[in-house]
Amino acid sequence: MSKIPNELKYAKSHEWVRDEGDGTVVVGITDHAQELLGDLVFVELPEVGDTVDAGNECAVVESVKAASDVYSPVSGEVVAVNESLADTPETVNEDAFGEGWLFKVRLSAGTELDDLLDDEAYAEVIESEEH
Amino acid sequence: MGNRTVLYDTHVDMGARIVPFGGWDMPLHYGSQLEEHHAVRRDAGMFDVCHMTVVDLNGDRVREFLRYLLANDVARLKTPGKALYSCMLNPQGGVIDDLIVYFMSESWFRMVVNAGTTEKDVAWLQSHAPAFDVTVQPRDDLAMIAVQGPRAREKALPLLPAQLQGEAERLEPFFAACQDDWFVGRTGYTGEDGFEIVLPESAAVAFWRSLADAGVKPAGLGARDTLRLEAGMNLYGSDMDESVSPLEAGLNWTVAWEPVERDFIGREAIQARRGDPANRRFVGLLLTGRGVLRNHQKLFVGDREVGEITSGGFAPTLERSIALARVAPEVGEACEVEIRGKRIQARVVRPPFARNGKVQVDL
Repeated sequence: MSKIPNELKYAKSHEWVRDEGDGTVVVGITDHAQELLGDLVFVELPEVGDTVDAGNECAVVESVKAASDVYSPVSGEVVAVNESLADTPETVNEDAFGEGWLFKVRLSAGTELDDLLDDEAYAEVIESEEH
Repeated sequence: MGNRTVLYDTHVDMGARIVPFGGWDMPLHYGSQLEEHHAVRRDAGMFDVCHMTVVDLNGDRVREFLRYLLANDVARLKTPGKALYSCMLNPQGGVIDDLIVYFMSESWFRMVVNAGTTEKDVAWLQSHAPAFDVTVQPRDDLAMIAVQGPRAREKALPLLPAQLQGEAERLEPFFAACQDDWFVGRTGYTGEDGFEIVLPESAAVAFWRSLADAGVKPAGLGARDTLRLEAGMNLYGSDMDESVSPLEAGLNWTVAWEPVERDFIGREAIQARRGDPANRRFVGLLLTGRGVLRNHQKLFVGDREVGEITSGGFAPTLERSIALARVAPEVGEACEVEIRGKRIQARVVRPPFARNGKVQVDL
């Protein structure tokens, strides 16, 4: 069973969001998602300055076996991306909720975080997918 | 739920992620596909290949039968135990399956065919067998385990039945030895040395566990695919199928044109295209830009679409992305691959990409 930290918010499509408290959030994929994907070998991130829209694909993570879209859980402007993943995509496998973060967004409308799932609701999503 | 091999519960015990494949529930990996891949290139790994089918062909005219059924010529098999890789073609020259056939005796040849094609293969063989008084017997009672890697043979040998060890140890590549229902071939699908071992189903779980205890790493279909791709070996259903001629799938070398008087199914169709400069070429690609090559990505030279990737992926030994592709005859040393709407540069190379633990192309 993968871990699901309770200080993060989640999307059904297996992304996590960490509120930085300054109008920005950090986004990554969950431990459950990296487990499903297997060994990652390539990550394609948005560019700093790009606009992302909640629910739209904005990054791609590729494992040995397949490519998978990452959907932005929030809307806003990308203010940073995890450039170290270009050389070490396996960091996402090793530390999905920490060093394996993907990008940082300055939120356009601050209310969106309320629409996201908490840890318990996300655990139910995983549960329902497995049965 | 798909079919399960006799090793299914053991895979689950060992932490396998199970996926459907060719009608079977098979292990994709046991934690890390990359580690399993490296274990086979550097040491020893094992694969459950029980989903593939052993077919025994018996009869006094079995050699004559196979000379008609297969595009390669079993007349080349002169020493008992010798194996041959061949395509089985339809009359239009398309590939029904690719397989390995072993010459056991003048009245017994053994074939190993792909999982997803077993039913049609057996039906095809059976439809032609009566004319040659040959019996076709799929051996559902046998299990099969591939043990592959530079240290695979030394680790597997002591675990074989005692009477088979000496002969198995002396096997040359592409030969097999047999003792009752145990059968050991020095063959594989990884580009490494090793054995493919056929054994009674009742002995399979204990044998698998003893191999694991000897330090042979269980490896799943994921590693099997990246290993065979690096080795430049075709995968049926991806690189060729019934709509593709072996001449456009890099398999010219498996077609025995001589002797010219040998008639085999599909000969007339493919002979008409032999040496045709319009034939598409089957090549290797090495991605020089960033990304991962995948099946069905389109290839371009300038604005012209020149072909498609038939098998693509990340090559752990090269730490680069590679592919097998079918391209227009005029494609030269480079082309572009369309990945999510962008064109990424790739170099045309000659497979294999890696074999016997070593990279075989210039990076």
